[in-house]
Amino acid sequence: MLSILARQFRRILLTVLVGGLLGATLVRLGPGFGVDERELDNRLNAQSLQAIRSERAAENNVAVFYWHYLAGLAHGDLGFSRSLNRPVAELFKERLPLTLVSLLYGVLGGIAFGLGLALLTVAWRGPASNLVPSLVSGLCLAVPAAVIALIFLWMGAGGRWAIALVVFPHVYRYAKNLLVSAYQSPHVLAAEAKGLSNLRVLVAHVMFPAAPQLAALAGISVSLAFGASIPIEVVSDTPGIGQLAWRAALERDLPLLVNITILIALLTLAVNTLADLALASRRAAS
Amino acid sequence: MRHLSGTQKAALVILAVVTLASLAAGWLAPSYATQFRDAISAPPSPKFPLGTDELGRDRLARLLYGTRVSLLLAPAAALLSTLIAAFFGGTAGYLGGHWERMVTSGIDLFLSLPWLFLLLAVRALMPLNTSPITSVILTFLLLGCLGWASPARIIRAGTRTLVNSDYLLQARASGVSPARLFWRHLLPNLRPILAAQFWISIPVFILSEANLSLLGLGVAEPLPSWGAMLRDLENYTAVLENPWMLAPAVLLIAVVSCLQLLLRTEDPLPC
Repeated sequence: MLSILARQFRRILLTVLVGGLLGATLVRLGPGFGVDERELDNRLNAQSLQAIRSERAAENNVAVFYWHYLAGLAHGDLGFSRSLNRPVAELFKERLPLTLVSLLYGVLGGIAFGLGLALLTVAWRGPASNLVPSLVSGLCLAVPAAVIALIFLWMGAGGRWAIALVVFPHVYRYAKNLLVSAYQSPHVLAAEAKGLSNLRVLVAHVMFPAAPQLAALAGISVSLAFGASIPIEVVSDTPGIGQLAWRAALERDLPLLVNITILIALLTLAVNTLADLALASRRAAS
Repeated sequence: MRHLSGTQKAALVILAVVTLASLAAGWLAPSYATQFRDAISAPPSPKFPLGTDELGRDRLARLLYGTRVSLLLAPAAALLSTLIAAFFGGTAGYLGGHWERMVTSGIDLFLSLPWLFLLLAVRALMPLNTSPITSVILTFLLLGCLGWASPARIIRAGTRTLVNSDYLLQARASGVSPARLFWRHLLPNLRPILAAQFWISIPVFILSEANLSLLGLGVAEPLPSWGAMLRDLENYTAVLENPWMLAPAVLLIAVVSCLQLLLRTEDPLPC
């Protein structure tokens, strides 16, 4: 288990570092990089213009910028956001809790709703029990996250429930397929043939063996929820990380975009790794 | 061709009608950009069946042309992403070794970032003040170029299974050249996986374009697209007073639902 942990840690670290570097490179190569609106001010003399340009000089070389960034990161310095004129750490401190709470509500709500409906579908086993959840999940899958956010905004509901509605159909379909295949396995058929109650078959012979795969839902859900949080926070004007990512991208704010890329990659990979470890430990146990 | 259920046949008919209507847009509602200054924000009428927007433009014409943009370019982007995925996934599964590890790491990297964040970040780095046609091309090229990772993973796994299969082992043992092995034995058997990945990508790309355009990073005005038309929904009171403004949302949901219905194979329940 320790070797798996070390391997996963190495994988996360490498992916995050390469992801950050790619993000920095893309921003550096993007049109409009290095242009400062202040340079248009006619009142500034040559020395002032030079001083403004030299402020960004370190960012012109991506390798140098990234090296300085990593050195700063090691000391807890995430850099400075030029578009918002504030330290990135301060922005994260202010906005991250809001997004994390939204994600928590969204992921848990989506999993609870999706898993609950999937359980109802497989336990009930009637055509109507399949039709209604399938229709609802199909409908939710067909609506863009931003439109879901708009609908919630009209209703006066919070964006976090809009995230739950984006996560739910994916969870429902995955969980339903998993539970259906678990129901068709020989040991469940044998348990049913022996006359065990439906509840006992469901809990002890279907849910329990499928638990690690169901835990893997968390990994998928967090990535989905993060993606959905961007349009949802923008549309509902929620000052979270999703909205910050949108602003950073539009303003081409290099330090901010690199930090957000690293943060999102780190969180997504960490949750996925936890889900992978749950699966691996289950396999090792069996 | 697999047997279609009654619902899937209905979905196919709806998709065919919508596609034909969008292709006949020039005949049904000639201009999407003409501004009728005497009919600004007009309600539905025989002349303008879906009314006009705040600039006096025919909403039906914009909807039909927007449908054309989404329905023609999403498959083009899906084809591009499937081709890229086939190259990386197929060669990784076929060649193995260092190349496979490199491709797998690349896939992990792409999949470690949420799809919409990746799309948003890269789109924002492209020129924003572009002509409408350039913005359409940029948006769908981006979808095609960035959407390869998920299909590539599936194609790699499929190729790996095929490479280890008995008939390929026998073909190799019989001295068949690697090129012939790839073109005659591997590729034809990968076709179902490639086709599935192509069809799966289309609704994903339609929704992604809608999200991007709603955030102001998609298709530029005055060219219409479903996503750009959905921006009208931000005005809640206007939507309440003019419910026909919901037409793009209803059409988008109907088309994506139809595509998903067609993609669905069996949906068995334990009995």
